[in-house]
Amino acid sequence: MDFFIQLVVNGLSVGFIYGISAMGFVMIFKSSSVLNFAHGELLAMGAYIFLVLVTWLELPVYAAFLLTMAACFSLGFIVERLFLRPLIGEPLIFVIMLTVGLAAMFKGLILLIWGGNLHTFPDFLPSWLSLNWGSVAVQPVYTLALVVGTIFLVLFGIFFKFSSQGIYMRSVADNQRAALSLGVNVKKVFALSWAIAALVAGMSGIILGIINGVNVHDLSAIGLKVFPVVILGGLDSIGGAIVGGLIIGLLETLTGGYISPSLRDVVPYIVLVFILMVKPYGLFGQVEIERV
Amino acid sequence: MRKRVFHPCGNYHENYADQLKVYETDYGRFFAAAGLIVLFGLAPFVSSPYFLYILNSIGIAAIAAIGLNILIGYTGQISLGHGAFFGVGAYAAAFLATRLEIPFLLSVPAAGLITALVGLIFGLPSSRLKGLYLTIATLAGQFIIEYVLVHWEDVTKGTMGITLPKANIIGLEISGDIPFFYVIFIAMLVMLWLAVNLMRTKYGRAFVAIRDNDRAAEGMGIPIFPYKLLAFAISSFYAGVAGAIWAYYTVSITSEPFNLGLSVEYIAMVIIGGMGNMSGAIFGAIFITGLNELLRWAIDLMMNMGMVTQTGLNLAPLREFIFGLAIVLFILFEPRGIAEVWRIIRSSFRLWPFSY
Repeated sequence: MDFFIQLVVNGLSVGFIYGISAMGFVMIFKSSSVLNFAHGELLAMGAYIFLVLVTWLELPVYAAFLLTMAACFSLGFIVERLFLRPLIGEPLIFVIMLTVGLAAMFKGLILLIWGGNLHTFPDFLPSWLSLNWGSVAVQPVYTLALVVGTIFLVLFGIFFKFSSQGIYMRSVADNQRAALSLGVNVKKVFALSWAIAALVAGMSGIILGIINGVNVHDLSAIGLKVFPVVILGGLDSIGGAIVGGLIIGLLETLTGGYISPSLRDVVPYIVLVFILMVKPYGLFGQVEIERV
Repeated sequence: MRKRVFHPCGNYHENYADQLKVYETDYGRFFAAAGLIVLFGLAPFVSSPYFLYILNSIGIAAIAAIGLNILIGYTGQISLGHGAFFGVGAYAAAFLATRLEIPFLLSVPAAGLITALVGLIFGLPSSRLKGLYLTIATLAGQFIIEYVLVHWEDVTKGTMGITLPKANIIGLEISGDIPFFYVIFIAMLVMLWLAVNLMRTKYGRAFVAIRDNDRAAEGMGIPIFPYKLLAFAISSFYAGVAGAIWAYYTVSITSEPFNLGLSVEYIAMVIIGGMGNMSGAIFGAIFITGLNELLRWAIDLMMNMGMVTQTGLNLAPLREFIFGLAIVLFILFEPRGIAEVWRIIRSSFRLWPFSY
């Protein structure tokens, strides 16, 4: 029983991190309906920038974190400006292929600069962050993830609900043409959504880096694991991404614990195919109804 | 004998059949014939074994890329599992050849059909939906197939791999680069011929209509889901046939090459070569295979000159970076790919010196 509870706790912790990793992805999809295949590489970029700041420049953790966030924000902005903006108005298929190309490019670049070896952050988390209930333990990093993730969720909630930029972004997500005709600056909205997505990705990249160490192959694999998560939760729902993440994380650890460790990494994709069969728009996604 | 057409000074299409012509002028037909003679009569005998190997790789890649082009370029759906389907074809051929002892001529198309069926498993749930759900489903397919290839040891022998018997066509044994050159390129031409003509039928026109506007296509009475599924099955079939021939060619197969990187490589071929253009797939196959070899050569050269010491710079990351860069640059600056560049060059020659 203890084993089961520990697995559930682990699964939910991992799942929450999948959820926050998926948030940035959903944000881009919501505003521009682009499936971003380079999401994992954005995660990796965040983790590597933090790595450089913490281990090579030996900055204090808080400063390094803030600087990484700023760098990721600018990175998202630059990526949108250089690569995505020229494609506004082109068929979506080009944009998605472009993100496939960007993914390969970033991955190659990271490998060229930092190599494929596993790097680790210095241990900076205070031990009081770890939680214990009897035999069940939560590692400090997961507590941190929970706190940071919740803060981000609340901030986004407020941003989308009350700030004018947030309302513009929602309007573009809802109907790009209508928003355009009402005077919303769609280009600015796209730039902002890429920047914010890269920022969230950078944040989750750092947390993933604390858990598993920093390695571009692992991080880009997690970027692809975002797909089962968001399909399960509904492609256009940020809350759904969290719920989807929790379910996928749970399924993964339970499969890894009870059935076979090697099946662990494939389970999300089996779930993905299954979900597409029974509930294609996910748990919280908006069902598109179209009549011809 | 009908009148030969060499230099029409304008477009004189009078009916739909004119527009469907494969060769605009008799020059096209002449150059195609000359190209075939050079390809089959000269190329295998003058090229070194290494170059012949590259040519054969290009031929196999071209078959798979033609299939992917039908899906991406003509139907507007993306598959991220083409590498895995290529692997399914290779393993299917290996299984048929070693366990059931089915001869080469039967096992290759059979492997293609098996791959098409496997493709349908992943295509079925997703092609009910609008949008690019097929992409996501094929991503799942890529990972699930990779897992199955490694772990279904009864059939695939896991990490040990399978060694295939020598290919045999009606008593003639095929081994070595030159016989395979003929097998690969005849297969490629047949597949190309099928694809070009498929696109001139009702099915091809339906694919293009779905790509251009799925709502309008549905409004015109095209049942889009069966057609999307059909396009996906055809593209998987091509991947399967290419994989099967590759399996016979390399003799021994393991599951490592069929990863997501290979799928991205095929996508790169289609984009760089030219989406929605049959010659594009071939240009793409030449470009990517050539780029691979060029990079290998360049890195060897840099190693020898001492510019790169053993600082962990190996081929894979640089290749990945350049592939990505090439995809991005082509999409941004020439989204219709090398085929379009080629068309521009040709027409500027044709119009020279009065290019206006």
